[in-house]
Amino acid sequence: MTKTSSKRGGWRSWLAGQGMLGVLLALCALFSVLTLQPQQLAGTRAAEALVDELVDTAPGTSIAVLSRAGAEGEQFVDELKRRLDETGRSPILTVAGSPAAIRAALEGASGVDVLAVPSDTAAIVGSIQSDLPGLGGARLMSPPTRSWPTFLLKSNLLNVASQIAVIAIIAIGMTMVILTAGIDLSVGSLIALSAVVTTWTIARMGGVEASLPIVLLGALGGLLAGAVTGALSGLVITRFRVPPFIATLAMMQVGSGLAYLISRGRPIHELPDGFETLGRGADPLLGIPHAVTLMVVLYVGAWVLLERTVLGRYLHAVGGNPEAARLAGVPVRRVLLFAYTCCGALAGLGGVLMASQLKSGAPTYGQSYELHVIAAVVVGGTSLFGGEGKITGTLIGALIMGVINNGMNLTNVESYTQKVVLGLVILAAVLFEQLRKHSAEKRAARAGAASG
Amino acid sequence: MTDASPLLRVSGLCRSYPGVRALHEVDLDACEGEVLALLGENGAGKSTLLKIVSGAETSDAGTVELRGSPLPRSPAEVTRAGVVTIYQELSLVPQLSVRQNLFLGREPVRRFGFVDRDEERRRAELVLERLGLDVDLDTPVRELEVARQQLVEIARALLADAALLIMDEPTAALTPREVERLFVILRELRADGLGIVFVSHRLDEIDAIADRIVVLRDGESVGCWSADALSRDELIEAMVGRPLDQEHPKQAAELGEIVLEVEGLCGGPVRDVSFQVRAGEIVGLAGLVGAGRTEVARLVFGADRATAGTVRVDGEVLNATGPRDAIGAGVALLTEDRKAQGLVLALSSRENFALGNLDRWSRGGLIDGARERSVFAGHVERLGIRVSGPEQPAGTLSGGNQQKLLVARWLERDCRVLLFDEPTRGIDVGARHEIYLLLNELASRGKAIVMISSELPEVLGMSDRILVMNEGRLRGEVDDVASATQESLLALAVS
Repeated sequence: MTKTSSKRGGWRSWLAGQGMLGVLLALCALFSVLTLQPQQLAGTRAAEALVDELVDTAPGTSIAVLSRAGAEGEQFVDELKRRLDETGRSPILTVAGSPAAIRAALEGASGVDVLAVPSDTAAIVGSIQSDLPGLGGARLMSPPTRSWPTFLLKSNLLNVASQIAVIAIIAIGMTMVILTAGIDLSVGSLIALSAVVTTWTIARMGGVEASLPIVLLGALGGLLAGAVTGALSGLVITRFRVPPFIATLAMMQVGSGLAYLISRGRPIHELPDGFETLGRGADPLLGIPHAVTLMVVLYVGAWVLLERTVLGRYLHAVGGNPEAARLAGVPVRRVLLFAYTCCGALAGLGGVLMASQLKSGAPTYGQSYELHVIAAVVVGGTSLFGGEGKITGTLIGALIMGVINNGMNLTNVESYTQKVVLGLVILAAVLFEQLRKHSAEKRAARAGAASG
Repeated sequence: MTDASPLLRVSGLCRSYPGVRALHEVDLDACEGEVLALLGENGAGKSTLLKIVSGAETSDAGTVELRGSPLPRSPAEVTRAGVVTIYQELSLVPQLSVRQNLFLGREPVRRFGFVDRDEERRRAELVLERLGLDVDLDTPVRELEVARQQLVEIARALLADAALLIMDEPTAALTPREVERLFVILRELRADGLGIVFVSHRLDEIDAIADRIVVLRDGESVGCWSADALSRDELIEAMVGRPLDQEHPKQAAELGEIVLEVEGLCGGPVRDVSFQVRAGEIVGLAGLVGAGRTEVARLVFGADRATAGTVRVDGEVLNATGPRDAIGAGVALLTEDRKAQGLVLALSSRENFALGNLDRWSRGGLIDGARERSVFAGHVERLGIRVSGPEQPAGTLSGGNQQKLLVARWLERDCRVLLFDEPTRGIDVGARHEIYLLLNELASRGKAIVMISSELPEVLGMSDRILVMNEGRLRGEVDDVASATQESLLALAVS
């Protein structure tokens, strides 16, 4: 089907099918252009950029390699020294340390002709140099800058991804719920409940000294708190036929209230350092944050569930026509119960993640997050009337929101203006989707009329 | 009746939907002071025609003119122009009072936007008196019976200064007495010069009220006759397109063991219903709308809970707490309203077919997609389902192919009992024939079939045995189908 339709409609219909991906890419391109500026190099790459220029200086020139402290500073110094040693131009002095340490080293040195520093250390060394008359003739050399969008820096992209992780993860559950033509308003307060349950448990069982098993127990507690509340919503909805909007609105109050009761309204900070690992840590090899890895893994799992399993097919069917599904033998109630439980559990996981990112738990977390999550799902093309939607669309929806937020921060848009823009983007996305669907239906009708 | 200046003139009207040509080059004239009957089988295009005339749908080609000038293209403007359509599902607001409904959207207004209630009352009483409708103006409409609600709609049309009244099967939900009263009123309105277009299935009523008859078949107008120019048989032939005896190609299959056994079934409106169906047998379940036939099927299938009675399949008691249990025991229900209850319209044909069969090609919850596609392809081939491909959305299939798709679903499950509720409703004439052949084939394969149908010719033509229901009870059983007539069945249905 996909093949034939793309053949018939060419690239245009293909693009229409990828609508939101196109919007995402357009936004990325926009913010790339807007944030294009000279970027300073750091670490090994700064050393590489500087080494040729140093080697070209007159033979016999004595070189000092200096940098402020830190991993990148040490990398810069080590790499540059190694390269210079290779060419036989070994530096007479290498320092990676505090300004005081650099000053002390330079005071003791004499006959330095070139001061090689990374960009971020140039100002400090420059002021030290003006204080020391002995260095008056030395040249201060730092690596050249290059033009590159701040938005497209690896660190910024990973930043976007970690910032949306909580919303994106919960949006998986919300996609399932909205696929069944339901809604879950309680996820925001479930974030708070889960964060509080997790941190309260850890604080009670060791606090700052708590061991890993205790931390895991706390996280499990937060996850379960979300799952149980979600299951409760599901039960009320399936057994007593309470509309999802009302049932989860009530659960939103219950969850938030419980979070305040447990924490007595105060943030909980008594947590061990290791608790941050999930939220702030990254894998040592590629530097990808654990939160992003978790998000990607969950999305792959959700894709398999929705596109390849019986349960996924049932979720679509129940949302599309619950009566037809029931009469076909689909266990409608169990499917709905699963959707709400899963959504609650993922909100619980989101709470654990947020607590870990902020290294504390407070009942104020996650306020109005339900709206961000729903927005991500809807922008991703899932129909609020149920039955239609794709998990990849939800990820794109979450990314669009994250990119807009990040891009506006980078371009110094005021935060109040950001809200207005974000709202308009949600509106535009939904309108776009409506128009696209409308024209697709028209095309189908015309094709059908021609054949019939 | 002056043919030179018809009230309403429809010419060359065309309309297609995905997979269906609903109307093709339809012409029609309606005049002042006459009742024009619009006849045709389900799916002949009557509803589409009415919708286009009333502005609810657009046409692909053709014109609709009122007194020689083109009719506007939105429902509100069409009504204002004097063409009022009354649909089967009445368009009153149940919670509002009779008076509020009568003037909804046309409230007489005093200064500052206040509704002029005295004026409303005065005009309402005049109209109700003309219709002989004795009803308190402040009663909420939901408290009136259907016949009176219908009269309220007619009153509403008169208040809107309607020149042409279009009625879509107005008698479907009325008792014979109520129908008679409605006709008295319609004749008076006709005498006052109102044009009336009247859609019905019931040929008796056509005889009683129509001046002229237009017959639609497969979206084309077959012809236009004066009401007394056509015999009843000729009329039926014009509607179905061939002599009646070919309409139902019944082949009796060899009867086997008793497969379905229902005893003392109660629940909802159903009271103490007992019957048996053998392998290879088609049992027709006849009766008027609301007699409880659909409910019997739903109780057997477990879609509703029975309050008493037992159902046995192959001698084993089926305690269905839901459709899953019944399906597990080999019972299938093919619902009357395929779009609302049978199919998930947004899903593809393949996915709709697979729903209810997924356990057959999934392991550990994972679906074997390749197997699913090949099984589906086999059924498409065997049943001659016309789909553009397995991914065609089920909502865009024609009625006949939707029915076949659902039959395929249950054949794959190897269901032994098939409960068909109105198997040919909304299916056009050609495809009906195929559904009848399919019923024959299913019977010859030893399936036990219950066929609920409101169309007596269909019941008479396709059943091995006929059960007649009225007011939730079985009122009679006809073993000798060959010598039964529509009249004898009707007599049982209203007994």
